[in-house]
Amino acid sequence: MKYTDQGQKDTRSGFGDGMTELGRTNPKVVALCADLIGSLKLETFIEEHPERFFQVGIAEANMIGIAAGLTIGGKIPFTTTFANFSTGRVYDQIRQSVAYSGKNVKICASHAGITLGEDGATHQILEDIGLMKMLPGMTVINPCDYNQTKAATLAIAEHDGPVYLRFGRPKVANFTPIDQTFTIGKALHLLEGTDVTIAATGHLVWEALIAAEALKEKGISAEVINIHTIKPLDEEAIVHSVEKTGCLVSAEEHNYLGGLGESIARTLAMHKPAPQEFIATKDTFGESGTPDQLMEKYQLNAPAIVEAAQKVIKRKA
Amino acid sequence: MNLTYLNDLTVQVRRDILRMVHQVNSGHPGGSLGCTEFMVALHQELMDYSTDFTMDGHNEDLFFLSNGHISPVLYSVLARSGYFDVAELATFRKINSRLQGHPTTHEHLPGVRIASGSLGQGLSVAIGAALSKKLNNDSKIVYSLHGDGEMQEGQNWEAIMYAGSKKVDNLIATVDLNGQQIDGSTADVMDLGDLGQKFEAFGWEVLHIKEGNNLEAIVDRMKQAKAKTGRQKPIAVMLHTVMGNGVDFMMHTHAWHGKAPNDDQLATALAQNPETLGDY
Repeated sequence: MKYTDQGQKDTRSGFGDGMTELGRTNPKVVALCADLIGSLKLETFIEEHPERFFQVGIAEANMIGIAAGLTIGGKIPFTTTFANFSTGRVYDQIRQSVAYSGKNVKICASHAGITLGEDGATHQILEDIGLMKMLPGMTVINPCDYNQTKAATLAIAEHDGPVYLRFGRPKVANFTPIDQTFTIGKALHLLEGTDVTIAATGHLVWEALIAAEALKEKGISAEVINIHTIKPLDEEAIVHSVEKTGCLVSAEEHNYLGGLGESIARTLAMHKPAPQEFIATKDTFGESGTPDQLMEKYQLNAPAIVEAAQKVIKRKA
Repeated sequence: MNLTYLNDLTVQVRRDILRMVHQVNSGHPGGSLGCTEFMVALHQELMDYSTDFTMDGHNEDLFFLSNGHISPVLYSVLARSGYFDVAELATFRKINSRLQGHPTTHEHLPGVRIASGSLGQGLSVAIGAALSKKLNNDSKIVYSLHGDGEMQEGQNWEAIMYAGSKKVDNLIATVDLNGQQIDGSTADVMDLGDLGQKFEAFGWEVLHIKEGNNLEAIVDRMKQAKAKTGRQKPIAVMLHTVMGNGVDFMMHTHAWHGKAPNDDQLATALAQNPETLGDY
């Protein structure tokens, strides 16, 4: 395989290490947390810059509002908590005080998706991409591994405007370059192929690469695209790929309503109508279990992608 | 303090409010009229600011309006304080205007630093701006204004707890205690109890302005409030006002919270507030 796992790591640690670096390099960056410092890996940032950290307690609405206020005076606030409490719980605060007000707030959300695992559905938000991408002016990013999450964390500090950065809890393959440049809105072609496009985001990118290997053994040439930025979507990369392959599988750890798949479907409908299959949760809540068990049960893994690819190829006219 | 001028300005702002909401047959005159004296006093006598507007507002006092529905008084006072031309007041709530129904930064109106309208969010924003000032070693003050009915929103209590606990002492938050909200009196809809005591219980310094529609009383007490900044406590001002103040048939009732006067009612209201500094 072209890509190798450099060692399993959690994407949230990529965020935490990114924050450590930002703490040292960008004095405008400040961090806020709603009682989840350890989960968000903020210990080093706080230790090195206690005056630039704001512990708000279990009060997420206030955290978003304070972050919006901190931008006035030139700070670049990063709010941190679990994805569920970063989005659904505070949607109106984000809508009015951040997005509509055009504030330079970075909403950084760990424990996104079903791989949160044993805590169950109350914490496994599968609707956050949809909630955030619907807000005008909001950038939505879901990096795939530790290295990319760290690079994305650094990149969003340089971007002027509100950002939703989504990452996760489990240790997963770390396979992208350690020194990568992260360009917001620019999809990455990981594998060239001719029979089917697999457009994946977040934890599903590694699964897509494994699926491509399995498809290769079946004589199927799969193109794999890493869509780390769901909004603004790299429509050109998707259309260009589907012009070649004629069909697409989208893959994400999110509900198929409102997620990456729907954004891609809209793009294809507008520019290059083609069959598409969706690897995503099918309008359901999650449940307790290990991440691997849940990915299997909810059909969010490489075997599910292989099956979807074979199916979508058959649908080509 | 030029009391004659402040009185003239107050009357003129009332006329602006009435004419603005009448022109588009919508908007919120009641709360706007009740806070007119406070807004005039704050912008004319208390705050140190530049009308050469920058979003960051370094080294100037900042003001945040949390109860955004009283936008008519905000817009009139901002215009008449020099932030933008008073002629623009004629665009209030009209298509393609910077003077949206509720204030927003979206149209880049000078003087507005946050959108408000969905209630209960302004105190958190004001705290954030106050923390930003502390980080920047900026000794100026952050002021905010909130409706009393608005205090029913839970986010306020997160913010009140934060500011008290973390000693955000460069912040003066004023609550307009007019005792009215859309569905009736605050006592009937959802009794707020003694708000001042509640702020105190959360670690705030509390001042009352019993004559919340008296310019001299407002200036005097707000100067006392300012003198209490920098002492490890956020400051809350309980501003006792009369909703609809200055227009006899609009006073002491929630009826004019979000209703515009008709032509006859406007004429009556304007007759009670004769033109002083020139209509827009």
